[in-house]
Amino acid sequence: MIHKPSISHKPDYASKKKAQLGIVFFFLYFLFYGGFVAIGVINYELLAIETFKGLNLATLYGIGLIVFAVLLGILYNFFCSRYEDKMEKEMEGKEVEL
Amino acid sequence: MIYGISYTALFFFIVFVGLVLGLSFYFGSRTKSASSYYAAGGQIHWSINGVAFAGDYLSAASFLGICGMIAVSGFDGFLYAIGFLAGWMVALFLVAEPFKRLGKYTFSDALNSTFNSRLVTLTASISTLTVSIFYLIPQMVGAGDLVTPLLGLPHWVGVFLVGVIVIVIVATAGMTSTTYVQFLKGGLLIVLSTILTIYILKNGFTLNPDHKNQAHHEFLEILPEVKDGKVEKAEDWKVITQVEVQGKDFVSLEKDGVSRWFDLVQSDNHYVLKEVLSITEDENGVQLYNGEPKESGKFYQVGHLSKIIVNGKEVDKTGTVGPFEYLNIIKESTVVRFSNVQFRDNNRAVSLFYPSEVDGKDFLLPGLKYKIGKGASLWSKMDFVSLMLALFLGTAALPHILIRYYTVSSPRDARKSTILAIAAIGTFYIMTLFMGLGAATNGVMDVESSNMAAPLLARAFGVILFSVISAIAFATVLGTVAGLIVASSGAIAHDLLDGYFKKNLSDVNKVRAGKIAALAVGVFAIILGVAFKGMNVSFLVGWAFAIAASANLPAILFLLFWKKTTAKGISWSIVMGIVSSLVIILTSPTMWGRYGLDPLSAIHQLENPAIISFPLSVLTLFLISSLSKKKMLND
Repeated sequence: MIHKPSISHKPDYASKKKAQLGIVFFFLYFLFYGGFVAIGVINYELLAIETFKGLNLATLYGIGLIVFAVLLGILYNFFCSRYEDKMEKEMEGKEVEL
Repeated sequence: MIYGISYTALFFFIVFVGLVLGLSFYFGSRTKSASSYYAAGGQIHWSINGVAFAGDYLSAASFLGICGMIAVSGFDGFLYAIGFLAGWMVALFLVAEPFKRLGKYTFSDALNSTFNSRLVTLTASISTLTVSIFYLIPQMVGAGDLVTPLLGLPHWVGVFLVGVIVIVIVATAGMTSTTYVQFLKGGLLIVLSTILTIYILKNGFTLNPDHKNQAHHEFLEILPEVKDGKVEKAEDWKVITQVEVQGKDFVSLEKDGVSRWFDLVQSDNHYVLKEVLSITEDENGVQLYNGEPKESGKFYQVGHLSKIIVNGKEVDKTGTVGPFEYLNIIKESTVVRFSNVQFRDNNRAVSLFYPSEVDGKDFLLPGLKYKIGKGASLWSKMDFVSLMLALFLGTAALPHILIRYYTVSSPRDARKSTILAIAAIGTFYIMTLFMGLGAATNGVMDVESSNMAAPLLARAFGVILFSVISAIAFATVLGTVAGLIVASSGAIAHDLLDGYFKKNLSDVNKVRAGKIAALAVGVFAIILGVAFKGMNVSFLVGWAFAIAASANLPAILFLLFWKKTTAKGISWSIVMGIVSSLVIILTSPTMWGRYGLDPLSAIHQLENPAIISFPLSVLTLFLISSLSKKKMLND
């Protein structure tokens, strides 16, 4: 049984670049997330230290992980859209030349 | 707890359920093809899909479970919010777009896009079913918990009600109606949570959190006469019995024909008997709540601060506070939380909920549920890492989340939907911290079920807010269960019948088979929802994440990023992921308790399996793919 995508979309010329960027951003976030888990397991006391506006590190780091996820997502979309637009233009140019 | 019916709540409940069913029938009349039933025809706008994504994800586990766990275990509950959102990073950066390019309707379609393997179809559909069912259990448990205070009905009625309504929804319309229900519910949930958070900050803190419809109960304290650790006299109460459980002494006293339980506490060289909440059940099944029938209303809502410190000074109450100030006051103050012990006494089953004071600074650190600091063992540290791993890796592998990538028209729209969902979910999760802490300190907790923390907090602020929030929470469960049942019915009808058994169903028959499958899964979910009553829904969802992470994610990632991946490797890694995670879950301390055994005697002390099952699944995929020859679709 062979299934094709439900909607046929235009060829995605930027997919390779987007995938590379995705991997970089994934590891960036993974390091930040892993840092939180590592502090908890290795140096638990550090989570209690007072930081920004009197919050302990655990709360600040936790909220930080949520905010960072949103920011990284927006940044990723910005770069991906740019890659897509740029590659589409380049490919359109090539089609006209042909 | 005993809850009476609220007609305002009933009104909003009927309006919301009516709205959900109306949407369902409307889109049902427009659902003609399999593509429309399973993937909404791929024509949903990305912004609607993004909010629907949030709606799908902000299930009972998020709204009921996380708030409840924060209220009971402080920061440990917030770990779920952190992990649940972090999981979206895997979905967005690694899975969303490539996956959109691969598939058609279901998870197994996507995995099979380069192989034409019946084994992949079989294992992927079994995995979809397993994960969906594990995800369905907490939703149904949450539904039962909600209906009790909302409509004054027993837990099982709530489970049954959700099951029936969802079966109607899914059997009527499929993915299109599910998407619009989730859109509506996701949006409303975020708006109402914002209102609730503003209420919490506006009200601040008080030592006596009385509310319009409930007075805060002051627990009795009695000075007893004690000899050799045994209570001999207790003012004008008659001493009935004294029991030692888990190193603590509990004493049953009687006055005016009513017996109550007390915690014997030694402080400053003298003893104090502190009243606790009790549920007793005799051999005839007669239950007493604090020594009286449930209807007497003597089983109180709890949770408050016993000491409030603002800028180093002790106060009785605060006025309106800002968000940072709110968290800092809790950090400096003392929180009263309730722990549970169960034992048998004179042929009665006794369940006691006793208060204990916790420093606010400890309440706002991990450790009350997942021990990683003081008193941590290797098992408890492994459990913490395992939970965080499961939450991080599970999201991107949840079948009902994966199928939502197919409801938009392009990979770009799939990406934009995901980012909108992350923003909406992230905002909501930050608010869960305030809602959970608000429930912990406003005297609204029902010790029998932590899942009702947020709705009961809303009730303290007004019956209309409670009614609307509860109705939306109920719609939350409806929508999520509907999404899960669509995913499950797709796995059965589309993958198993059509793909594996080669029944070559027509489009109409494929939809019909899906609807029959939805009915079967729905009935099964009702049974499980009743069986798992009383467990925290976030905790249960953690298991679903662990199974998804172990069974599905290695297959997805290897397929997308390793060219040597084979169909055999994928299939056996799915089997390994499911089997290893299920074995660990079914032998966990929590399940040991469910079997009626002592959790401490379980064969291991790991509650979450991902730390073992995920690497096992990855290793299996790597080894079997390396040893087997790749057979491509076009070979």
